Amino acid sequence: MENFTPYSALAGGALIGIASAMLLFFNGRIAGISGIMNGVFFAPKNDRTWRLLFLAGLVAGGGLLQWLVPGFNVPRQGYPAELLAIGGFLVGVGTRIANGCVSGHGVCGIARLSIRSIAATLTFIAAGMLTVYVIRHLSELTA
Amino acid sequence: MKTYAITFLSGILFGAGLALSHMIDPNKVLNFLDVTGRWDPSLLFVMIGALAVAMAAFRIILKRPAPLWSGSFQLPQKTAIDPKLIFGAAIFGVGWGMSGYCPGPSVTGLSLLSRESVIMVLAIYSGFFVTHRLLDKP
Repeated sequence: MENFTPYSALAGGALIGIASAMLLFFNGRIAGISGIMNGVFFAPKNDRTWRLLFLAGLVAGGGLLQWLVPGFNVPRQGYPAELLAIGGFLVGVGTRIANGCVSGHGVCGIARLSIRSIAATLTFIAAGMLTVYVIRHLSELTA
Repeated sequence: MKTYAITFLSGILFGAGLALSHMIDPNKVLNFLDVTGRWDPSLLFVMIGALAVAMAAFRIILKRPAPLWSGSFQLPQKTAIDPKLIFGAAIFGVGWGMSGYCPGPSVTGLSLLSRESVIMVLAIYSGFFVTHRLLDKP
């Protein structure tokens, strides 16, 4: 195992859970980030402002932690840009076809005990594991 | 106005959670997916932390007739495990494994002024646009 960080993972996860619960309790909305991102362009006009605010909050929250603990996260350097570009495109296509990503299906969906979300989560984790196996161990695309 | 304030605050907490758990470090995510190599179970612990809170909270919240400041809960209506769900989730998983980013960390990573995050957000949106072009019937 490499650089296992159980405490910051549990604490960060709890913050994510609190954030999702807040949004549902006060506003009745699900914190599914791919859906929120998509709606910035594709939701009805009167349903767009909150999405931009949530996304701005994501950036502000990341910035806040980095400001409190400088250097806590360091951007990765030197990763093949084509893997990012193609990977990002597939993330966009896949999350639209499956109606959700790790936050929507993996956190909010499983928290609602949705069997559909559990199936989606197991599928994208399995596909992710298989892809990393191919990229890291069968090819030499990344170290 | 107050619903917007809560939305922004919720985003801040979510982003801080992603940063605190190091999920905006794509190598950490790839190491979780790398079960036969440098396996790092941290992402599993993020899920456990998030689900422990959200599962208990959602149970209580969804017993209410409506959210506190809004007319009704807007929950996903689909329940079927159809081929579209599995196909889409598989495509997403491949993209996730190629890049090390899912949508949340892609956006939150912008706070690090990470070039990778800019590429990811643009690429994700290009995926959204292409999917809408191909799948949305006018």
